[in-house]
Amino acid sequence: MDTVTQQRVKARAGIFGHPAIDCDVHPAVPSVKTLMPYFDEYWREQFIARGIDRLNFVMTSQPPNAPITSRPDWRLPAGAKPGSDPAILGKHVLDAFGSSYAICNTIHGSLALHSDDMAAVFARAINDWLAKEWLDRDPRLRASIVIPLENPEFAVEEIERRAGDKRFVSVLMLVMGEQPLGRRTHWPIYKAAEKYGLPIVVHAGSTYRHAPTSIGWPSYFLEDYVNQSGAFESQLLSLVAEGVFSKFPGIKFVFAESGFCWLPAFMWRANKTWRGVRMEVPWVKQYPAEIIRAHVRFTIQPIDAPPEPGDLERIVEQIGSDDVLMFSTDYPHWQFDGTDALPKALTGSLARKVLWDNALATYSRLEVNA
Amino acid sequence: MSWHVVAKVGEIEPGTSKVVTVRGRELGVFNVKGDYYALANKCPHEGASLCKGRIIGLAESDEPGHYRLTRQGELLRCPWHGWEFDIRTGQSWCDPVRTKVKAYHVKVETGEEVEKLGDKSKGPYIAETFSVSVKDNYILVDV
Repeated sequence: MDTVTQQRVKARAGIFGHPAIDCDVHPAVPSVKTLMPYFDEYWREQFIARGIDRLNFVMTSQPPNAPITSRPDWRLPAGAKPGSDPAILGKHVLDAFGSSYAICNTIHGSLALHSDDMAAVFARAINDWLAKEWLDRDPRLRASIVIPLENPEFAVEEIERRAGDKRFVSVLMLVMGEQPLGRRTHWPIYKAAEKYGLPIVVHAGSTYRHAPTSIGWPSYFLEDYVNQSGAFESQLLSLVAEGVFSKFPGIKFVFAESGFCWLPAFMWRANKTWRGVRMEVPWVKQYPAEIIRAHVRFTIQPIDAPPEPGDLERIVEQIGSDDVLMFSTDYPHWQFDGTDALPKALTGSLARKVLWDNALATYSRLEVNA
Repeated sequence: MSWHVVAKVGEIEPGTSKVVTVRGRELGVFNVKGDYYALANKCPHEGASLCKGRIIGLAESDEPGHYRLTRQGELLRCPWHGWEFDIRTGQSWCDPVRTKVKAYHVKVETGEEVEKLGDKSKGPYIAETFSVSVKDNYILVDV
């Protein structure tokens, strides 16, 4: 680090006494109308003719008016979508927490489109909009590339299109889509991501192709939300078992809004079963827990709130690594704890790693132009 | 430690094993392609009788979707949790350093040698329940 960077880092030491990288904030596309300048003439005409410009395109699991979608003190005036104003996001999260950088994960309803073409057009428009309306406006912002989730060929095209812009630091996918993420269908995406040093951010949320629980459709939001961690477990196992990390040894995955307190028990279970049946997946040559510690990272908010600070320390010990947790606020969603976005149990060198080092090691493009 | 006669050569076919008890310990004596090995008949994990497990090869892979079976007949799979052990060394494939089955030295001697039980320079050999004939060869385990 040169002197100028050191001074800047010091100036931004923020409320935790150490600079932070916020690995999960959510800009909201205000409406499809906002994106109209980013579509070509054909699609603009189509969206007007079909009334699509008047649609909201909000993921069903995050209705804009649901309390959980925004902390009440982070709501915007006049019914604007929470998280739709870059200046206010800068104030609410970057200034307030003293974060040097924040990574924008744009969860937009178009991720669930069945039409490959329309999904690709939306992804391209959202990324253009992100670059112009967010990244150009605040040099602290970075973004995950939005891709059409069901067409890997189009997804790779979109990754290639953004690869030259180092402010795009990762690729965004949802935890519940059409197919398990380890399946070879997705491998072209991982190949491109590995090539450009882009970690894959897997964020909570579903395209609702399948019930969001493995036992069928639940009745309540409580079930939908709590069950997300079950989907993350399934994806983690899919990635390990299908051999994504054997095939792409340079790739990293970031699980965002996944929780992580379930991880120790999951690792024990996966390790034990792998020992007995590993001949079925002979490309998995290490304990699943070792593979996860090497390749998968977890954002900390919203945290599963173990009752005592000591519980969390034990969980980190049981995970067996200081490298896997990364700071996040999940702005503007409301689940976390005021300004206590960094759990008290995380102190000293572990806090530094969670706030800063682990994100830098994961998002390899992050400081290139900073 | 002392050498114990546990079987007659020819009695254990290649790819099979025989369970024997020597000095109160249960052992499995294995014939792997003509060579003999002996392991404690007790999985270091939770104590299952290893000799009840299947004798298998080693599943290997260079990348996902590519399968290869090597070292056929050289591994033993615990009947309880499926852990694989190398019959030649007793090492667990997944955890070779920490998880090992006790392995015993094995040798083959002629009946003539075995008969010299009292000769300390060669033994002592102990032929517990065996009537040894000079015409045959015997498998001995050092326990």
